[in-house]
Amino acid sequence: MHIKVKLAYFENENDNSSFFPHSWLNYKKKRDDFEDMLEERRNSSDLRYALKCYTPVLYKGLTPCKVSELKQMVLQSDQLGYVITQVSKEKGVTSDEVTGEAAAILEEMAQRLQLSTVRFFAFTLSKVFKTLFRSICINEEGLQRLQQAIHNHPVVLLPSHRSYMDFLLMSYILYTYDLALPVIAAGMDFMGMKVVGEMLRMSGAFFIRRSFGGDKLYWAVFSEYVKIMLKNGYAPVEFFLEGTRSRTAKSLTPKLGLLNIVMDPFLKGEVFDISLVPVSISYERTLEEALYARELLGVPKPKESTSGLFKARKILSEDYGSIHVYFGQPVSVRSLAESRVNRSQFNLIPRHIPTRPSEEILSFVNDSAYRLVRAQEENMVLKPWVLLAFVLLQKQAAEEKQGTALDELTEQAVWLRDLSRQYGAFLHWPDHIPPSEVVSSSLSLHRGLVRISEGRAVVILSCASYRNQALNVFIRPALLASAIHTAASNRKQEIYNSFSFLRNMFSNEFILCPGATVQDFEEACYLLVKTGTLQINQQEVLITERGHRTLAFLTSVLDPFLQGYQVVCRFLCEQDGLTEKQFIPAVRKFIIKHLLTGSLLKCRLRYTEVLSSDLQKNALAALIRLGAVQKIKGYVGFTHLHVHNKVETTKLLFIYF
Amino acid sequence: TFKSNPKKQEIMKWNGWGYSDSKFLYNKKGQAEFTGKRYRLSGMIIPGLREWMESTFSANLQHKTPAAPILNSSAVQPPTLNEAFLKELKSTGIPFSHDAEDRVFRSHGHCLHEIFALREGKIGRVPDLVVWPNCHNDVVKIVELACKHNVCLIPYGGGTSVSSALECPPEETRSIVSLDTSQMNRILWIDEKNLTAHVEAGIVGQDLERLLNESGYCTGHEPDSMEFSSLGGWVATRASGMKKNIYGNIEDLVVHIKMVTPRGVIEKSCQGPRMSTGPDVHHFIMGSEGTLGVVTEVTMKIRPMPEYQKYGSVVFPNFEMGVACLREVARQRCAPASIRLMDNEQFKFGHALKPQVSSIFTSFLDGLKKFYITKFKGFDPNRLCVATLLFEGDREKVLQHEKQVYDIAAKFGGLAAGEDNGQRGYMLTFVIAYLRDLGMDYYVIGESFETSMPWDRVLDICRNVKARIVRECKDKGVQFPPLSTCRVTQTYDAGACVYFYFAFNYRGLSDPVHVYEQVEHAAREEILANGGSLSHHHGVGKLRKEWMRESISSVGMGMLKSVKDYVDPNNIFGNRNLL
Repeated sequence: MHIKVKLAYFENENDNSSFFPHSWLNYKKKRDDFEDMLEERRNSSDLRYALKCYTPVLYKGLTPCKVSELKQMVLQSDQLGYVITQVSKEKGVTSDEVTGEAAAILEEMAQRLQLSTVRFFAFTLSKVFKTLFRSICINEEGLQRLQQAIHNHPVVLLPSHRSYMDFLLMSYILYTYDLALPVIAAGMDFMGMKVVGEMLRMSGAFFIRRSFGGDKLYWAVFSEYVKIMLKNGYAPVEFFLEGTRSRTAKSLTPKLGLLNIVMDPFLKGEVFDISLVPVSISYERTLEEALYARELLGVPKPKESTSGLFKARKILSEDYGSIHVYFGQPVSVRSLAESRVNRSQFNLIPRHIPTRPSEEILSFVNDSAYRLVRAQEENMVLKPWVLLAFVLLQKQAAEEKQGTALDELTEQAVWLRDLSRQYGAFLHWPDHIPPSEVVSSSLSLHRGLVRISEGRAVVILSCASYRNQALNVFIRPALLASAIHTAASNRKQEIYNSFSFLRNMFSNEFILCPGATVQDFEEACYLLVKTGTLQINQQEVLITERGHRTLAFLTSVLDPFLQGYQVVCRFLCEQDGLTEKQFIPAVRKFIIKHLLTGSLLKCRLRYTEVLSSDLQKNALAALIRLGAVQKIKGYVGFTHLHVHNKVETTKLLFIYF
Repeated sequence: TFKSNPKKQEIMKWNGWGYSDSKFLYNKKGQAEFTGKRYRLSGMIIPGLREWMESTFSANLQHKTPAAPILNSSAVQPPTLNEAFLKELKSTGIPFSHDAEDRVFRSHGHCLHEIFALREGKIGRVPDLVVWPNCHNDVVKIVELACKHNVCLIPYGGGTSVSSALECPPEETRSIVSLDTSQMNRILWIDEKNLTAHVEAGIVGQDLERLLNESGYCTGHEPDSMEFSSLGGWVATRASGMKKNIYGNIEDLVVHIKMVTPRGVIEKSCQGPRMSTGPDVHHFIMGSEGTLGVVTEVTMKIRPMPEYQKYGSVVFPNFEMGVACLREVARQRCAPASIRLMDNEQFKFGHALKPQVSSIFTSFLDGLKKFYITKFKGFDPNRLCVATLLFEGDREKVLQHEKQVYDIAAKFGGLAAGEDNGQRGYMLTFVIAYLRDLGMDYYVIGESFETSMPWDRVLDICRNVKARIVRECKDKGVQFPPLSTCRVTQTYDAGACVYFYFAFNYRGLSDPVHVYEQVEHAAREEILANGGSLSHHHGVGKLRKEWMRESISSVGMGMLKSVKDYVDPNNIFGNRNLL
């Protein structure tokens, strides 16, 4: 039954014409219960646990093979053979040399999954986790579904990515529950950590270079390696759709390369189906909390190194609350592609010849990626602190320097709790404890951040990253609220136009499925009508008496981003010829200046978080996408930014003041 | 009223496959047996069949679904006769009939839905009249009259179609005349210098072979339906024979064709073995599925009968190895007259059809073989599969050829498994259609369908189509796991032909035929999505015509349409197949 709801949802998403899409079926969906996996660790021997008998359920079509055989299969594959011949012709070297090169790439890349290493990690991580976290909660039903999925089809695990911890945690969970251990696509940066890099390799990580743009051979080795492991059911393949850790706790717009690769065997008929399993990992406190904020402010990311890891030991003395890991409903690639992709397009070219994916395939993969990220978002557990962060940040922006009375804070948090529940948030609010206690205990866990009235940027950005965890719950209603706020009249069409403009502007910032403007609008309308905020008739949108508070809150959700984009516009308009590299430092300097003088366009620059380089980059990307700013390759090879279309830019600048 | 060729209609079932005297049944002891005297299996007890049926389909002998025993003539719509046509037809002296039984017999092929309806006594639109031309000139007269009086003609040969090609279009309002070619069944001449024979197109396969054999020749064209299918039908559907590796498919065998169309008679002016005279007009005829005219006479290649025949079989550890072996055999172009590879389910099925063994020694030997293969060689009985082989030619060459093929097989882990298994494999071909009738007596329905594909996609298509069938059955509410199995039946330089067999127990379903059709539809979609063809030799008929445009492109459709429009502007040959 559950699967059917999910599939109906996916199918309906394609249908732009449907007036009321069924996506809110999800809001009513029952989510599984959680079990704390650390509880047993606290009550029984870690050593015995690390040495336990491990016999996972495997893929039914598995032909067992060793790590070394896997490499041979890649090197002998028709796909790689074709590219090797091509490259050797192009470069005028013998194919043996190219094969050698391919073997070296593979050597650098390949995982060497070893049960003994996993057992070592199981032991040490047990110790570490028990010190750091109060609990690690898992939905066990999700694991049962995963086990079934692994048995039936090749599986791809798609966890959200908020911390370095994510993939160790994933393997740790799978080991604990006797599930097949995954192989994990990891960035090359880990390889710098000598011992640790090798240990990670032996626990299933394989390493890919961050960029290999035009390198055909590298791409061929890499994609063939992944496909062979997947097709043969060697192990579940795990990677991060978002490509990198989200520093802001907002989901990042998905990267398509790997998803494209893992869908390929299905599209080309090499397997009957592939299961994609979105996994939502929610941290009450991320280990990297302050690190991320500094990074966003321009303090460079420390290079991953083993010694750095030891320096990080001091975090061991802190309390990081609990982790919730939710294994979502497996999504069948076959059902995603049904009546969407014409698979016979692959009939006329031998399948081992690499071809550029067609527009149809690209847009299919892109849409699927967005849906999967949304599936991750929907099952992210939100702690009370996330809601408190909303309230505190909005107060801080409103310059209530005196701090907030606990009573008032509690009242607002409870109000927000009810609102977010109505919007379908997966809120972990202990209802049996009085709200005031919930609030004070949340505050005490995050005491480092609570005195935010000082307005220190690092603290604000850390705080914002908690608030961001719930943005996906509010984003569509917030876009609608802002649209109502700025539209010239309450005519529905006008508000829709305004909504569409804002949504388009922010599609680099938030997860907004491409081409789904109508659905998003309908969904937002539905939620605001359902909760009694709006009344909508054929032509008009009316705000109800009690709707003003909700609307004010929702408008302020988007405010920091609006202001951030405006600042960037303003900055760009004042510039003449700027290279892309100079952009971030220059815009930062510009913002700091205005923060200090406290004014911009006769308006107060209220949001310290506009200092976030993430926001600045997204704003620039959006402006380039919309054609307001153009990239021009200068003769020295620098890419210059050029304000191209002042109209669009100015619209953004002024319309919202 | 003229009684149709008594040799045929009166000895054959009206609502099932084949001869009336041959069928599977469960005797009083509950053992399966095959009745009659016509086949090697006839009169034998098949001890394993019951258990196989019970375990494969969860079928139960207590739950019977018997067929309506006799045709209820009152269920047949009275004929719509074109009196003017009838009057002129009478004056030609060509025999005809509008007897209900004659009309119903020619109203269908052997698709599941057709037979299922007959068993339930349901009769849809049937031809209004049956005519039996005796020669080419009779056909010319009939076609002229049909054009003159705007009557719809549907040519009928052996009636073994599995593409709904013989179904009368329900929307047809004209009088429909079934043109039965069965009386045109003579070999007109044999030319031993050129090794050709000129034959009337109504002759059925087994008669053609028997008559040629009397002169020491054969055509070598042996489609699985050859007991009943006709030469004209082969030409009209682009048929393929089991031994095409030696003799070729129908397009390779045909030298000259004569066809009567509404525009007149089409034929070439000479019998040259190959011509460069524009696109080959024979290829408009072959595969035209009765939409352009009636094939009346065909000149075919003939060969001296082979001196020696030998069956054989090879067991492989799994299907993948088997396919790899067939591919290698095709690469070396050393395929025997026939080479087929059954998957594991079909191997087990074949095993279940083993007749009761007569001596303790044979059963001891069987046990020993089984022990050798599974225990000593370590083959997994749930994965192994078997290839059946048929060699033909002069004795010495056959033995040499045999060695070559077994040597290749050995490289792919294949073990020679004896002549007997091979021969039984081919016998299965002829009795499997009878088995469907047995299944239908016990809530089991099924059918086979075929496709062709490049070599590199054989395994993928086999796996995906079988899995799709299982999944669709589940989704459509089938209560028991279906039988979903396949075999590779032909090899070519660039690919292979694969047959799928699919059957399920339909207890608990209100409309089993509809479910069956949905699943077959999905399976065909899967085949096309994975790079298989719409059909290798069954043809398109009406069953598969929805996919024609995507199969041959819009321009291709336009080409075929314009030929139809020129040859038959008034759609006299109105069976609505293909386009």
